[in-house]
Amino acid sequence: MALKAQSMPKEFRSVRASRRATMVLSYVAMVLLSVLFMFPWFWTMGTSLKRAPELFIYPPPFVPEIPQWDNYIEVFRRVPFFGRFFINSTIVVVLSTGGGVLSALLVAYSFARFEWRGRDIIFGITLATMMLPDQVTQIPKYLLFKYLKWMDTIKPLWVPAWFGGGAFSIFLIRQFIMSIPRELDEAAKIDGANPLRVLVTILLPLMKPVIATISVMSFLWGWNDFMGPLIYLATPEKFTVALGMRYFDVTPAGQSWGMPTDHLLMAASVMSTLPIIILFFSAQRYFVQGIVMSGIKG
Amino acid sequence: MSTTTVAELPLARRRRSWLAKLLRYRTMGELRDCLWGMAFALPWLIGLLVFVLGPIIVSVYLSLTRYDIISTPEFLGLDNFKRAFFEDELFWASLGRTFKYAVGVVPVSIVGALVLAMLLNQGHKGTNLFRTFYFLPHLTPAVAMALLWRWLLQPSVGPVNYALKQVGINGPGWLADPKWALNSLIMVAWWGSLGGNNMLIFLAGLQGVPQELYDAADVDGAGRWRKFLNVTLPMISPALFFNLIMGVIGALKVFAMAFVATGGGPSRATWFYALHLYNWAFQYFEMGYAAALAWIFAFVVIVITLVQFKLSKGWVFYAGE
Repeated sequence: MALKAQSMPKEFRSVRASRRATMVLSYVAMVLLSVLFMFPWFWTMGTSLKRAPELFIYPPPFVPEIPQWDNYIEVFRRVPFFGRFFINSTIVVVLSTGGGVLSALLVAYSFARFEWRGRDIIFGITLATMMLPDQVTQIPKYLLFKYLKWMDTIKPLWVPAWFGGGAFSIFLIRQFIMSIPRELDEAAKIDGANPLRVLVTILLPLMKPVIATISVMSFLWGWNDFMGPLIYLATPEKFTVALGMRYFDVTPAGQSWGMPTDHLLMAASVMSTLPIIILFFSAQRYFVQGIVMSGIKG
Repeated sequence: MSTTTVAELPLARRRRSWLAKLLRYRTMGELRDCLWGMAFALPWLIGLLVFVLGPIIVSVYLSLTRYDIISTPEFLGLDNFKRAFFEDELFWASLGRTFKYAVGVVPVSIVGALVLAMLLNQGHKGTNLFRTFYFLPHLTPAVAMALLWRWLLQPSVGPVNYALKQVGINGPGWLADPKWALNSLIMVAWWGSLGGNNMLIFLAGLQGVPQELYDAADVDGAGRWRKFLNVTLPMISPALFFNLIMGVIGALKVFAMAFVATGGGPSRATWFYALHLYNWAFQYFEMGYAAALAWIFAFVVIVITLVQFKLSKGWVFYAGE
């Protein structure tokens, strides 16, 4: 490189200039794209802070004259269930994530570390079922939950998670355990630890990344799941946020109050996404890791 | 274990109890291991049976019957499939529309995601912030996304058409126009997926390309484009393949967006297969026919996935092999 620079100083300078030009271009592109991606959200936030009459102004103003933070409270006043939706979603997400992670951990441990008859066949079946679209099992599951009288309860949304947490979680955790040297288990076993103790005291501390990753993904999935609540829930008090947003939509509160409610709808949209955004910012590393792990090992 | 010679085998067999035969263990240690293992796997053994394999069998059976939840299933043979292929007018239309949607969404979201990832991979300052900006649309719940875009795309007073008017374009009716509704949903899907998982997976793939390969290409005097074609692309082909598989499956399953934003309309312009299936199952409660529709869908998805796997042998390059 040094030799090159000496013999061709001119070209070297031009390389540097072109490099700077590319950098500037990249920045311009990245900023423009950010605006493009974020614009709908900026607009939504702007609208969520408008007064109702401002919704009629054309051309539509980008920012409200005076931000109406009160709109966010008004949402809860207009749709009394709205707070309930959040409580329901929280219950569903906590129970399904907790149960899913806990049971997937045990099952994955079994697949990774124990020899039992039929293990490999069952693991193979587990992998194979990942290819099947959910629609196939949806109807029988619906009938099962109907038979169990679980209709219009949140049970169908979290109880199944306690039975292994799904093929994908099991697979991911198993791969992770397999990468931990077996000697660590053996050493603890020789010291007289039973398998559960080995899992809790030896493996679990090493497994924080994969546990965090699965928890985050399961949280995201549970919070945004729309089909499940749509099929199983009927009364608004039981809706989760993902479904409850639609309640806003099909029964526009405006009809009974005689005023447009788009600004409230936007405020509700912002609030429904907020928990996910908070989660993303606080666990961004695990988030990215989870997606990457699923992509590379899956 | 494996040191047992053939001569010893009959003796060993004779001494084993029925339990030992069933579970195939030889020592007490192995028995203990076996029992622990099965105990740990138990939740999934039940879950697999009750929530996966059992439903699969029931679903196969239901697809051969007429079943309205109230009366007992009536066996029809393959009539449900015949009905889908030859009588249900919306079947082929919704399937075709779903393919159209997938073809509209997948290539753009993959190529776009790769471009975004390459932009971010240059290691400029602030990359993490930009990555977050691009990723946020992907986190939006489908219902919020649908409501938000329906509102942005309002034909007469929506901000998008207002912006278009400023540059002298008369915006279309978007979601309200049968000719534009499908395209509108495709574009909204671009917004939601370009900076999503695809981008992150590409980014990880790009970061995994060894610098030596680029250096070697430099020595050979390769330009940017050549380096991209001959180094980057083969090295990230597994990521590309993964994104393709997942992208196609995801697009074929499209439901919530259309369900909320357009309800399948206007004039069924966004009536996708998953909507069709949902309608038969949970609006008309024709569970038998819906099960048949679900199996046809599963078949289509699996065949497409397998074909992609088959084709991948020609273009996906795994560095480890």
